[in-house]
Amino acid sequence: MAHQSTLIADDIDAYLKAHEVKSLLRFLTCGSVDDGKSTLIGRLLYDSKMIFEDQLAALEADSRRVGTQGGEIDFALLVDGLAAEREQGITIDVAYRFFSTDRRKFIVADTPGHEQYTRNMVTGASTADAAVILIDARKGVLTQTRRHSFLVSLLGIRHVVLAINKMDLVGWSQETFDRIVADYRLFADKIGIHHFTAIPMSALRGDNITEASDHSPWYEGPALLRWLEEAPVEDDLREKPFRMPVQWVNRPNLDFRGFAGFIAAGAVRPGDRVKVLPSGRETVVDRIVTKGGDLPRAVAGQSITLTLRDEIDVSRGDVLAAAGEPPGVADQFETTLVWFDDEPMLPGRPYLMKLAARTVSAQLTEPKYKINVNTLEHLAATRLTLNEIGVCNLLLDAPIAFDPYVDTKDLGGFILVDRISNRTVGAGLIHFALRRSQNIHWQALDVAKPARAAQKGQKPRMVWLTGLSGAGKSTIANLLEKRLHAAGRHTYLLDGDNVRHGLNKDLGFTEEDRIENIRRVAEVGRLMVDAGLIVLVSFISPFRAERRMARDLMDSGEFVEVFIDTPLAEAERRDVKGLYKKARAGELKNFTGIDSPYEAPEHPEIRIDTTRLTAEEAAEQIFAALES
Amino acid sequence: MNVRLARPPQPDIHEGTTETPTLTHLQRLEAESIQIMREVVSECERPVMLYSVGKDSAVMLHLAAKAFYPSKPPFPLLHVDTTWKFRAMYEMRERMARELGFELLVYKNPDALARGINPFDHGSALHTDLWKTEGLKQALDHYGFDAAFGGARRDEEKSRAKERIFSFRSAQHRWDPKNQRPELWRLYNTRINKGESIRVFPISNWTELDVWQYIHLENIPIVPLYFSAERPVVERDGALIMVDDDRMPLKPDETPIMKSVRFRTLGCYPLTGAVESTAATLPEIIQEMLLTTTSERQGRVIDHDQAASMEKKKQEGYF
Repeated sequence: MAHQSTLIADDIDAYLKAHEVKSLLRFLTCGSVDDGKSTLIGRLLYDSKMIFEDQLAALEADSRRVGTQGGEIDFALLVDGLAAEREQGITIDVAYRFFSTDRRKFIVADTPGHEQYTRNMVTGASTADAAVILIDARKGVLTQTRRHSFLVSLLGIRHVVLAINKMDLVGWSQETFDRIVADYRLFADKIGIHHFTAIPMSALRGDNITEASDHSPWYEGPALLRWLEEAPVEDDLREKPFRMPVQWVNRPNLDFRGFAGFIAAGAVRPGDRVKVLPSGRETVVDRIVTKGGDLPRAVAGQSITLTLRDEIDVSRGDVLAAAGEPPGVADQFETTLVWFDDEPMLPGRPYLMKLAARTVSAQLTEPKYKINVNTLEHLAATRLTLNEIGVCNLLLDAPIAFDPYVDTKDLGGFILVDRISNRTVGAGLIHFALRRSQNIHWQALDVAKPARAAQKGQKPRMVWLTGLSGAGKSTIANLLEKRLHAAGRHTYLLDGDNVRHGLNKDLGFTEEDRIENIRRVAEVGRLMVDAGLIVLVSFISPFRAERRMARDLMDSGEFVEVFIDTPLAEAERRDVKGLYKKARAGELKNFTGIDSPYEAPEHPEIRIDTTRLTAEEAAEQIFAALES
Repeated sequence: MNVRLARPPQPDIHEGTTETPTLTHLQRLEAESIQIMREVVSECERPVMLYSVGKDSAVMLHLAAKAFYPSKPPFPLLHVDTTWKFRAMYEMRERMARELGFELLVYKNPDALARGINPFDHGSALHTDLWKTEGLKQALDHYGFDAAFGGARRDEEKSRAKERIFSFRSAQHRWDPKNQRPELWRLYNTRINKGESIRVFPISNWTELDVWQYIHLENIPIVPLYFSAERPVVERDGALIMVDDDRMPLKPDETPIMKSVRFRTLGCYPLTGAVESTAATLPEIIQEMLLTTTSERQGRVIDHDQAASMEKKKQEGYF
């Protein structure tokens, strides 16, 4: 089958010796429907002699039966595996293909070009060292090309080929080629793909696949296969600080305690100082144990078992790292999230997050924005649906060791699993930690929040009054502040209307602006709480996710959600400011309760039923709860 | 400190050398397979390794021994027996389990046993279905295994190319190719509901050549049937079938003749075609494989039925 080398027949031992040192390149092919991905892979298999006679005979028979090449060999049929797909003539899932040359073994992830299969492409891209992005020379850079390139860049693939295919159908025009390359470069720069190699080719005819084609004398770059043979594989991964997530603790008897794992980055030798995270304890590597004998050194990409000098507590999910350059430890992150499931991502819902060998309970905040993968525009969103990508905060139940995804993929990439269905519902990339949860002390601990609060003799809080317009929030908040002030408390009242005259006067009433309005108020409120104040916030704040965002900014016990519960009919009857009348008349858009929803709190700390209590009674009840 | 394990001599390294050569393709494949096996052992309650005694199984055993060293692999071996394997395979099975310290479980479908199912009277399809497909399902249910390692490779067959490394089976052991869990980076979601199970294929990304090269490099014992020798065979429907025992009914015009043959894959002897060969060493086997022009599954009778036969079988619960 595989290799033309005459060594196979002449000197098999020499051949085997040479092939023991082959490297491995994993790459991804992506392109739009009909760009010829499957044909390209079929061609690579065929040209590297990976197709046996019996398979070829079957291929020829299939090509006559269901082929799209008028009886000629349809290479795509080699690759499109599942019966249903073959009948539809499309590839619908991630398929892995293998071929090798004298220099390298290749694993190809073949991923589909359909809009609804972002998930598959992200999956294929996650393990790829390089990407081949196909373009139909007749069509140029399409929306889908941009989407695929964005995903390639997002997943951190740095070696990219722009395969401009079907050049035979544009008469091998250099002008066409140059125009497509120029178009692509404009876009690629924007998404961080600064280097790529463009190759004119015909996968169907085999031009510039294994060797330079006579049809493109103007092209001086490598043929695709040569590029694939020469692309760097491991990059600088082993030059990075040592990282090994502990997968399994090896205890054959009381005298041996080994820690098994896959080295995610860097290198390790016996005698190296390592830190165990998240605990932060330090020790020294004693041995690198393998069945074939101890190793003097191990590097990224190897599965090993380490023993340590000291008996310290290490269990599955911990990370062993270079003591001098440890990863961060945190429980809150900003992340990019790709949603895979038919059921949308729900902010606040508990999911399981798996990162390296660690699984913990996790929640997501409402997306800061979602990304239109075709235009790269940032759009406001309250959730993510199937195949959508957005930026969300990830909140964990326990701190974990991590690196930003761009530094160490294995310590920055995670999956989310639904607790009920057990489906893998999403995947994410950590950007950075929002708050360091331990081992990091405030610069000036003595004048931190507790000290300021102690000076004022009070517990700082954010009392968040939510409810419909006209529910009585401002009236009650005013009375409450008077009551607190009289009791010697240090307070401040942030009122929705007042804030819009100053801090938020640049904001309107679109969904994005309303979210930003709440965000600013929450952040200002947080600063005031940090200063030791009791902050009263009187805001309609109709959406649960926004209130949760505010709650998430605060320490536990500081956020007091007060639901001023007034039925819509009652609020509309009062209509102190005449706003309901205007909204009903269509003069006010997006008015809460009329043409924009109000999501009542599910578990407020305090609920005030204004149909039973006067404003004074309500203020007194809240005051009593705060003082208790 | 470790007192029971003697420290082997340190390999000779040059002082000041910080360079480790780029990992070879076999080193990367081995590391991936070991990582997968450790993940299953860490997250699944009751894993088992299916053992077919073939060369892929031999590699799997070898990898398991490495992955958990100095512990013994923390799961048993399961051989779903058809009673029609080559005698040399049964000998190898006992030897390997003993030498590597595995617990060996052998399961024979009692229904097939009672009915005396065999490939000669009942045909290959029914034989395979009852002994292998049904036998496997029964064995997994019987022992309550929630994860089973298999030695299947993606290069073997088209439907395998799209199957995940962790492949989920319903409580009825069915595979749903349209509903597979995405596998990103090295992260595998192993959560299942009661009654469901996972098939795990740690050598998914290996090719036939990789397997042979690894066996050569690591000196892994394999069944002697892979090497050429003079063996008694008859020619049936274009295939050379070895007469391995006296259960094989010979047709009136058939007389076993001695030929120098070997096997590229191993299964039930009446269903496995031999190839004429003189390759008696591993390098010669690899040489022959590299120069040959037919795929290894050609010798298997079950694949020829229809275009998507394997996919269909897998949906029904075939491994």
